[in-house]
Amino acid sequence: MSQTPILEMRNISKTFGAVRALKDVSLTVYPAELHALMGENGAGKSTLMKILSGAYIADPGGTITIEGKPQAEAKGAVAVIYQELSLAPNLTVAENMFLGREIATRGVVDRATTRERAQPILDRLGVSFDARTLVGQLSLGERQMVEIARALTTDARLIVMDEPTTSLSARETDRLFEVIARLKSEGIAIIYISHRMEEVYALADRCSVLRDGVYIGTLERDELSAQRLVQMMVGRDLDSFYKKEHVASPDHSGTPLMSVRDMSDGGLVKACNFDLWKGEVLGIAGLVGSGRTELARLIYGADDRSSGTVALDGKPVDTSEPRVSLANGVAYLTEDRAKLGLFLDMSISENVNVGVIQRDAGKGGLLNFAAAAKRANEAIKALAVKAPNARMPVGGLSGGNQQKVLIARLLETKPRVVILDEPTRGVDVGAKSEIYKLIDALARQGVGVIVISSELAEIIGTCDRVLVMREGHLAGEVASRPGQPISQEAIMELSTGTVAEPAIQGA
Amino acid sequence: MSDKTSPAANQRLRTIMSVAGMLPVLILLAIVFQMMSGRFMSVNNLSNVMQQASINIVLASGMTFVILTGGIDLSVGSILATSAMVAVIVSLIPEFGWLGVPAAMLVGLACGLANGILISALKLPPFIVTLGSLTAVRGIARLVGNDTTVFNPDLPFDVIGNGSLFGIPWLAIIALAVILLSWFILKRTVLGTWIYATGGNPEAARLTGIKVPMVLLFVYGLSGLFAGLGGAMAAARLYAANGLQLGQAYELDAIAAVILGGTSFVGGVGSIWGTLIGALIIAVLSNGLILIGVSDIWQYIVKGLVIIAAVALDRYRQKGGART
Repeated sequence: MSQTPILEMRNISKTFGAVRALKDVSLTVYPAELHALMGENGAGKSTLMKILSGAYIADPGGTITIEGKPQAEAKGAVAVIYQELSLAPNLTVAENMFLGREIATRGVVDRATTRERAQPILDRLGVSFDARTLVGQLSLGERQMVEIARALTTDARLIVMDEPTTSLSARETDRLFEVIARLKSEGIAIIYISHRMEEVYALADRCSVLRDGVYIGTLERDELSAQRLVQMMVGRDLDSFYKKEHVASPDHSGTPLMSVRDMSDGGLVKACNFDLWKGEVLGIAGLVGSGRTELARLIYGADDRSSGTVALDGKPVDTSEPRVSLANGVAYLTEDRAKLGLFLDMSISENVNVGVIQRDAGKGGLLNFAAAAKRANEAIKALAVKAPNARMPVGGLSGGNQQKVLIARLLETKPRVVILDEPTRGVDVGAKSEIYKLIDALARQGVGVIVISSELAEIIGTCDRVLVMREGHLAGEVASRPGQPISQEAIMELSTGTVAEPAIQGA
Repeated sequence: MSDKTSPAANQRLRTIMSVAGMLPVLILLAIVFQMMSGRFMSVNNLSNVMQQASINIVLASGMTFVILTGGIDLSVGSILATSAMVAVIVSLIPEFGWLGVPAAMLVGLACGLANGILISALKLPPFIVTLGSLTAVRGIARLVGNDTTVFNPDLPFDVIGNGSLFGIPWLAIIALAVILLSWFILKRTVLGTWIYATGGNPEAARLTGIKVPMVLLFVYGLSGLFAGLGGAMAAARLYAANGLQLGQAYELDAIAAVILGGTSFVGGVGSIWGTLIGALIIAVLSNGLILIGVSDIWQYIVKGLVIIAAVALDRYRQKGGART
């Protein structure tokens, strides 16, 4: 490309105290380009983007040039859309788009002008809602469109998107990709941070990889391959990435380990029936909003059910509330570990032990510190949690290590059935592969594992059989046969209810 | 912090700092008052301070449990008044006057459990429930004595209010016992871990199998029980109780002590030692300002400002620690 770059970052370093987060990183982005930025969690992607947006100041010695001008003179040219959307749900779309830069005369907001300026931008994006809609009424995908529209109000020439599809359904993802294409056709450059390889294949013109704060390299579109990307990100090969060494018997005669019958919540989830066999990894696929998490929470007793029974080894068991389910051998890993899983202010040891301290406790509920320390240290070793010691607060760990701590807590209860809801969400590649190994090991020990995931590659890579949910009911089942892996197309057909094109092309 | 220390040593240092918390402020206040009055540090006066602090320490201990779960108990002052009334009335029964103390604690426990049931079973907000019982229980306090002051000059348990053991006032001994008991429950029992977990993340606590309603019932029950004990202590000190005046605004001093002690208002973070230091700071301030002859009106203003300044300093210091 011989054009002038829209962004040139040269020799960017950043140190926090004694920690070197970035070392001599350079990045060049051209107009109308989608530049993917990949790397494990903690590789320095977010730090680099915060330096670009001005939230952090880089160490002296580096230069940042935006449209040929130094960073300080290019205010508004760069817009960053963070993972956690930052919109006010009680305000309208137009008000949100001009939040902090309200159009006002003598301190009084001029709503009419705000709307007039907002609407053409929304039209340009081709969204179905208008400027007067309250943001609170929009779906997550639509809110993301508002964020993009907000970026366009400042005439941003470079938009940074940080994991934009994490909480989007397949349809919303498609919608986002269309908008991205439109932005590119207008000459806007996009830096796209994602852990999902398929998206990077589908979208990226070029892809740069960071590892441990160091720039590893940039691949052109025709050089992209999973092998090379994983190798660049983790410094080793892909072959051992998904691990499926356990052998699930396809013979389904006899008594299943767990039988779920007529499970409904009186709303979304309708009369779900399925069996889980000993040593089997069963996937539950489906679009976001199809009721996968809701079904799992019903089975675990996290929410109230309107009907439904659970049996283990053919005998009915009570799983009507989490405490009882755990006691009966059914454990559930939440999809939202920070909000619903971990105690971020408490130590690793306390987080690992909190589910079993009453079993270890002496008379009168006295804590058994020796047992707790032993469990915590064994869990840290077994799951390769990266932490100096077990007394560290969990809030200071990376996403992958937090997830391992939460999984360790579940396993301490010695469950017979483990339901893992998005076990690798927001987790880096290294931790991902360790979690896959763990799933495989559990199945080999005879535990029944249910994996809920939005990443089809993950479902196909880890599961023996896949149930597909659509609009709250189980739409069908896809099983692997010897020598024939689970078909991605079959899952997509069942989850959309049509013989549809795959959501992401070129994957 | 120096770059040479290892992360583990760093972490230990930070733990010590967060435990020490407001201790430097307490020591500084003591030194200033000693220098200005010349008699703050006398054995007599320190014994006075301990006595003055004791009832607030007991209330603030219960409040620490409640705030650790992310709640609040505004009713402790009213519960204290009711319990004190009951303690004095029961103490008038011939032969069985000593039953006044357990009676007061039972009344406190009952009020606390009533709060706890409304909060845990009906899932009402703690602020609203205890704001309601602040008023309702105050009414009960006036009701049990027909809105009069009750006296008993021959109080059978007056030793806990005015006596001492080896020179240490019984009030102070009770307060320290309450602190030790609280520390034990919070740091050495399963229930304590559940209290921190419930405050830190109630939904995660439920999904982990913790009986959250039971935890809430316990903390409000315990807060009521301690307020009941505080009522017996107040009655023993005064040989009397008045349903209208006794314990007015005590809940505010208890909350101030907990917050001064570094316990997070949203729950999950804090320690009972912090609360002890917080309560002592409040007592030292009241006592010291009187000693140096500050007028009653200015005492209020200075106390309020010192509380705000101390907490602001603490927050600033913690933020600085987190950044490195």
